[in-house]
Amino acid sequence: MEKLINEFSIGLFFWQLVLFVGLVLLLRKFAWKPILDAVEKRETGIDEALKSAEKAKLEMQNLQADNQKLLQEARMEREAMLKEARDLKAKMIEDAKGEAQNQANKIIEQAQAAIESEKKAAIAELKNQVANLSIEIAEKVVREELSSKDKQLKLVESMLGETTFN
Amino acid sequence: MRRKISLKPITLLLFLSTFFFYGQEEVEHIEAKPDKKTEIKEYIQHHLKDSYDFSLFSYEAESGEVKHISFPLPVILWDGGLRIFSSSKLHHGEAVAEVDGNFYKSYHGKIYKTDASGTIDYNEEHHPINEKPLDFSITKNVFTIFIIGFLMFAMFASMAKKYKRGNAIPVGVGRFLEPIVLYIRDDIAIPNIGKKHYKRYMSFLLTVFFFIWIINLLGLTPLGVNVTNNIAVTLALALLTYIITTFTANKNYWGHIFWMPGVPWPMKIILAPIELLGTLIKPFSLLIRLYANITAGHIVLMSIIGLMFIFKNWLGSSLSFGLAFALSLLELLVAALQAYIFTMLSALYFGSAVEEHHADH
Repeated sequence: MEKLINEFSIGLFFWQLVLFVGLVLLLRKFAWKPILDAVEKRETGIDEALKSAEKAKLEMQNLQADNQKLLQEARMEREAMLKEARDLKAKMIEDAKGEAQNQANKIIEQAQAAIESEKKAAIAELKNQVANLSIEIAEKVVREELSSKDKQLKLVESMLGETTFN
Repeated sequence: MRRKISLKPITLLLFLSTFFFYGQEEVEHIEAKPDKKTEIKEYIQHHLKDSYDFSLFSYEAESGEVKHISFPLPVILWDGGLRIFSSSKLHHGEAVAEVDGNFYKSYHGKIYKTDASGTIDYNEEHHPINEKPLDFSITKNVFTIFIIGFLMFAMFASMAKKYKRGNAIPVGVGRFLEPIVLYIRDDIAIPNIGKKHYKRYMSFLLTVFFFIWIINLLGLTPLGVNVTNNIAVTLALALLTYIITTFTANKNYWGHIFWMPGVPWPMKIILAPIELLGTLIKPFSLLIRLYANITAGHIVLMSIIGLMFIFKNWLGSSLSFGLAFALSLLELLVAALQAYIFTMLSALYFGSAVEEHHADH
């Protein structure tokens, strides 16, 4: 210990103190501050770049998901549209068919009604004509039968013959 | 660009080579050759000490003289006035330097005021009793810390310039240093101090980490500069930690020291001086830890290297070479580890100073 104290040099201590304090101050101004600042700037830059990359990636993913969703929607819409169209087609055909059937039925009905009425009219006409004809014939026959005295007598006779008196 | 960078080491070399030109050859006469063991022991002790000149290497000339190749550094003394002279005047403690009518002589790494003939009086414990002037010399260690300060400034300021230019990606030396800077920020400062306050302390933590680390690494080179094994250096660093802790501490910190919440009041009175002492012990442990680790490492490493010369046979020498090699690698780790520990503990102390809410005791 005594040797240690004996060897202690005030001069060296003094110079070391002066030099070191000077060195710290000088280096702080000319080296450490710019270096640390630059490093920090770089680090925040890297950090920001990483963060923005992450954000971009997320956005991209969102965009992709959106796209997917949009695509899905479009597909579904198309599907729906197709289905609707198909349904519409079927319905239209169905409707047309029904309509046609109805129309046909109606026409047939009308035709039948017309036929019926025509038939009735024809029958009525026929009846009239037959009646007229029979009256004419009957007239003619009567006229013929009753043209001569003999015949008239004969007729009366035959008729009387037919008629039995009971 | 590339061309510009490659120029830097060349200028540095040129800068250093100027010292080589001033490097002087000095001849030392050895009266009686001491045996190898004491020689190594002395060499180690000498190596751990600070010195007034920057010795590069020494060799034994054919004539049996030991020559030191070194360059002198300025000696600055305060002795009733500023006295500045070159350390070459001291001649490794062999000559008396005369400045403005005052005489100085270095003895065991310290400068004493003497008379013209350089007599040093000793007390009964063989300690010199001569007057010691206040010594602010640019010694080897001071020179080294200045070089390191300069290097660190050049290195980090050029690194910062590239960041300022808006280069988001580290280039050049920044590619190696940035992970360390970030490590100190993310794994030392933020977990210990907290996100809110850590920025205030970053300059100190970064500087102290790199300073200790570089200086420890330099201590492992054959240049033989050992700054962190000098208690004055570690004391200065720990003192700064203490000062920063004390002056940035909030109410909560002082409250915990002087009036510990959650304990009965007699305990509070007992705890206050203990806690107050604790604030001093914490940085004190910092300075001792760094000093002791590096000194011990150097002593062990150099002793093992010294063993190579003592064994003088192929088995022992190669074994101790292997050991020294392994230990050097370990010291490389220790160099970084001690810097890490110092920074980590400083951050921990700062963290306790600015802590806001304490969990219930």
